[in-house]
Amino acid sequence: MSAAAETAPAAVAAPRPARLRGRHRRALAAVLVPLGFALSVLAVWEAVVRIAALPPFILPAPSNFLAVLIARHEPILMMAAQTARSTLTGFAIGVSVGVVLGCVIGSSRVIYRMVYPALIGFHTIPSVALIPLFVIWFGAGPHIAVITAVVVCFFPVTVIMATAIATSAPELDDVLRSLGATRGDVMLKVALPRALPQFFGSLKLAITGAFIGTIVAETIAANSGIGYVMVVATNSMDGALAFAALSVLAAMGVTLYAASLFLERRLTGWAYRGR
Amino acid sequence: MARPFVELDRVTLTYGEGEEATPALDPTSLGIAEGEFVAVVGPSGCGKSSLLKLVSGLLKASSGNVVVAAQEVTAPIKIVGMAFQNPNLLPWRSTLRNVLLPAEIVQPHRARYRRDKAPYVERARQLLRTVGLEGFEQKLPWQLSGGMQQRASLCRALMHEPSLLLLDEPFGALDAFTREELWAVLQSLWMQKPFTVILVTHDLREALYLADTIYVMSARPGRILLRKNFDLPRPRTLDSTYDTRFVQALAELRAHIAEARTPVPAFA
Repeated sequence: MSAAAETAPAAVAAPRPARLRGRHRRALAAVLVPLGFALSVLAVWEAVVRIAALPPFILPAPSNFLAVLIARHEPILMMAAQTARSTLTGFAIGVSVGVVLGCVIGSSRVIYRMVYPALIGFHTIPSVALIPLFVIWFGAGPHIAVITAVVVCFFPVTVIMATAIATSAPELDDVLRSLGATRGDVMLKVALPRALPQFFGSLKLAITGAFIGTIVAETIAANSGIGYVMVVATNSMDGALAFAALSVLAAMGVTLYAASLFLERRLTGWAYRGR
Repeated sequence: MARPFVELDRVTLTYGEGEEATPALDPTSLGIAEGEFVAVVGPSGCGKSSLLKLVSGLLKASSGNVVVAAQEVTAPIKIVGMAFQNPNLLPWRSTLRNVLLPAEIVQPHRARYRRDKAPYVERARQLLRTVGLEGFEQKLPWQLSGGMQQRASLCRALMHEPSLLLLDEPFGALDAFTREELWAVLQSLWMQKPFTVILVTHDLREALYLADTIYVMSARPGRILLRKNFDLPRPRTLDSTYDTRFVQALAELRAHIAEARTPVPAFA
């Protein structure tokens, strides 16, 4: 007991001098640890494929599809760029629509009660089931991917923003109202900053949603993009090409996720006190 | 006699409607002169906070008139600064930017602040210095102690140089030592540039330490039982609280409060 009490203050004081170095090391570890994990998964994968001698159209070895990726990087990257364009456009439009809609719904109790059930009802329809309708309305092509991405990713943003705005902080509102603030001021200076942590939560859902929407639309109604590559590859039993395309997709997803994480750390650090 | 700066004329307040209506404030009339420091004391739930919200315009009176600076109050008014029992700092803003908040909202400061922030930042820093928060400007609220947050909240309430400061039990959640320290801080801020203050509190010593005039209110529905002038010379210190006049006034207020409270059945 007494020995533990004596060592405790030393343990608290110790990290102080090494704080800066520790921060660098932590940042490095945050990259290296998950990277190491991913590489070891690839290694196990490689070993399994080689030992079981699986044919590439069932499961290609990482060395196999990475070689394909390098050899055919030009068309693959071109298709990837198309997918990235559709996804990012859809994502940007979807998130903007979601934020505006969420703020409108969340700031009025009447609108909240009126619209919320309809919104949930709408969302129970799998958005990708609407793609054939979009094709009828707007014709086939890359814009279908954008539209689908918008439809898939505006929803989580809308619902989460509406809830975040609707859950009020009357004592903070009073601070502003006692200064004669307008509703716009309260929204801009209290409601929106307060909703920021939840907004970033919804952003992560929107990122995956935008990719799903784009890829599914490309497999159904387009002749370009990674989704289209997937269709071509599976039709010709080219497993290596399919996986090469998928690996590009995974890289894009991780990049976008990392970007939103970076923004989140910058903007909502206050919400993660002491961590 | 000049017209009072704050005037309540037979003001009543009722919460809810119809069957569920509960009267919070019986017809209340009072006048507060410009530069006067007023304290309102009373048992909990007597409508003290409602009184403040009526003066600030955050609540509308059910009947009667509220007049501040010769203007009838119908909506939240601009010339007030308010501090609450909770510091209510915006958790995503640094201490400095919390203090600057009124400059971003209240006209004419809003327009001036947008053009030139420097004088306002300087004033905010100056305020923080006077309450002993120099060096904490860039800290987030959760990094400050409760007492420090409350000081920052006081600075924010004074940022736009309000002519009327409304304080709703601002020291209620603090420990006794911090509270007494902040009495001195508030008194010196007020003595530098007297503004009108209405302080709601349940601490009788706090009321006597700070105020020129003390109103005692009854239990809900609230009504004014006593108006007491207290002109002990300033600056008052903790030693003043042992002055015979202070002790006598305290005993007198306490007797009225005992009267004001709804009788609680005593255990024999």
